[in-house]
Amino acid sequence: MRTLEQTTQEVLDLAAKHFQLPAGSLAPGDDFFKRLGIDSLQTLEMLSRLENHFGIELPDYEVQGVSDFKTLAERIQSRL
Amino acid sequence: MLDLSKYQSIGEALRDALDQFSGEVCLIEADREREKERLTYRDFKERAHPLAKALQYGGFSAGARASIIMTNQSKWLLSAYAIFSAGGVLVPLDYKLTPDEQWQLLKHSGATALVTEYPIWRQLSGSSGRAAATNVQTVLVTEAPANADLAGAERWEEFRGSGEPAFVARKRQDTACIVYSSGTGGRPKGCMMTHENYLEQCVALTSIYPFWPGVHYLSILPTNHAIDFMVGFFGPFTCGATVVHLRTLRPEYVREAFPKYKITYVSLVPLVLKNLQKGLQARFDALPPGKRKMFNALVRLNKLLTKSQPRLGISRRLLKQVHEAFGGELHTIIVGGAFSEPQTLQFFYDLGIPVANGYGLTEAGTAITVNDLKPFRADTVGKPLPGMEVRIVNPDTDGVGEVSVRSKTIMAGYLDDPELTAETIVDAWLLTGDLGRFDGAGHLLLTGRKKNMIVTEEGKNIYPEDIETVFESLPVKEFCVFATNYIWPKRSMVGEKLVLVLHLELGQQYSDELRQDINTRNNRLLNYKRIQGVVLLDEDFPRTASLKIKRNVLAERLAKLDSAAVILPL
Repeated sequence: MRTLEQTTQEVLDLAAKHFQLPAGSLAPGDDFFKRLGIDSLQTLEMLSRLENHFGIELPDYEVQGVSDFKTLAERIQSRL
Repeated sequence: MLDLSKYQSIGEALRDALDQFSGEVCLIEADREREKERLTYRDFKERAHPLAKALQYGGFSAGARASIIMTNQSKWLLSAYAIFSAGGVLVPLDYKLTPDEQWQLLKHSGATALVTEYPIWRQLSGSSGRAAATNVQTVLVTEAPANADLAGAERWEEFRGSGEPAFVARKRQDTACIVYSSGTGGRPKGCMMTHENYLEQCVALTSIYPFWPGVHYLSILPTNHAIDFMVGFFGPFTCGATVVHLRTLRPEYVREAFPKYKITYVSLVPLVLKNLQKGLQARFDALPPGKRKMFNALVRLNKLLTKSQPRLGISRRLLKQVHEAFGGELHTIIVGGAFSEPQTLQFFYDLGIPVANGYGLTEAGTAITVNDLKPFRADTVGKPLPGMEVRIVNPDTDGVGEVSVRSKTIMAGYLDDPELTAETIVDAWLLTGDLGRFDGAGHLLLTGRKKNMIVTEEGKNIYPEDIETVFESLPVKEFCVFATNYIWPKRSMVGEKLVLVLHLELGQQYSDELRQDINTRNNRLLNYKRIQGVVLLDEDFPRTASLKIKRNVLAERLAKLDSAAVILPL
């Protein structure tokens, strides 16, 4: 079982890879809309990647109103 | 289709539709690849009646207000019908607002009942805003887990009354819905839409884009939005058509839904349409050179053959693979909620997929103009719908002025705000605040805005007054938020943004600390509501006797500055 720290790190790594940013350039508190310059649709695409990676289903409502990596990682952690 | 001229109310028309089309499928609900529900009109009635009965047992009566805060799903429509048949007024709210914003609007609307989903209720019930909205007495929550803490709510699934509910008649001029066009942070704009507004709008729209039994409408825009309420609920239901709901809006599942459910119509906001264009373009670009050449030739031929009007049969044969990806039955993509770029609309039309671009606003009951495709025009928002009188107020030498509308679809007014109503509806003409002109063919071209607001590509209306509260107590002398187009008008409806205008204290610097403070506050706003720059103005803001900022005068002063030079990035 992953710890929340591990999950958070994997979320950051995956987002950086998906949006072609240098590894380690994202922080847990970063606002992903702003940091990645993405819209709500691109966020949904990122979520699908995260679901595949973690092998979970993350309903859309679970991420409603979430805009930082840390909270996103917490939502994922609760479903692992 | 039902003859809507015979009906007095939404509830009455829906009641007859449920009987007339009883054997047809009205709703399909899917979650990813799993189909969760498939209801006929008969099933729908059997599900909705016990809810209406229970509402009546609970004292819900004619004119009582009930709100729905839900994602698109079957229980949204079932609850709405139950509210209408009990004579209620529906208050559809955006599920994407923050809990505090939702409570604020619930309070303003005077809703006594709320229907919502468990994940939304979890957030709502924990919000401090709840204390203020004591008017909400009954809360029904759908899909709550067995051991969930309902925090005073009741389970929607168990809220059933036995026996036939009494149908409560309403008149055409009675309020059917209170729809908030804005006002989450400032002055709530609750549009009081009458039954007549919806009945007339439905007749006008379906005269150009008809529904019939067998039509499959994919409901993606939130149902609280005026467009989906009309073309994803009332319109299809009064014609015996089928509405398809998806519980996830992940692009891969939306794509799958088209062929799986043989979708006939879908409504999209420009952002989604553009995304779809990007995906298709990438696939076309990846074709080997030979196939690409052949494909481009077929697109050119299709363009030629559909120049005067769409010819779906021909387009589907010529560009078979493209149309099969959309299920082969797609009749039209309806696009609304915000301004669409002409090249995106043209892209789809060239592929033989008609795009019904139009123009409307909540206050006018959904759509005012729509492209009738005779011929297709990507550069306009179409012609006025039947029954809509549209005129340009105070046109300049180019014919550009404020668009105003008079029709039976115009709202009765803003809830509890006669002053704002009187400013907006003058002698029965609704002043839209949008600027435009008519061309020789009677098509409306929008050129900008007169009002201080923006509409995002996702179809969200953002008023500066609504987001200013987040900057309250910012350590500066004074501040004000503006839409850049309002200060520096440009003849465009895209790329609109908000800026924060600051007047610093004497000797104060625009420090990193202040910038950081602004960023932190800005991040508290939903992403599409955020400001995108700061303007520093070293003079006192003009104010009224009651010390309100004179926004129009301030905007005139700012207009003298060079926008490219004065907007500082955050």
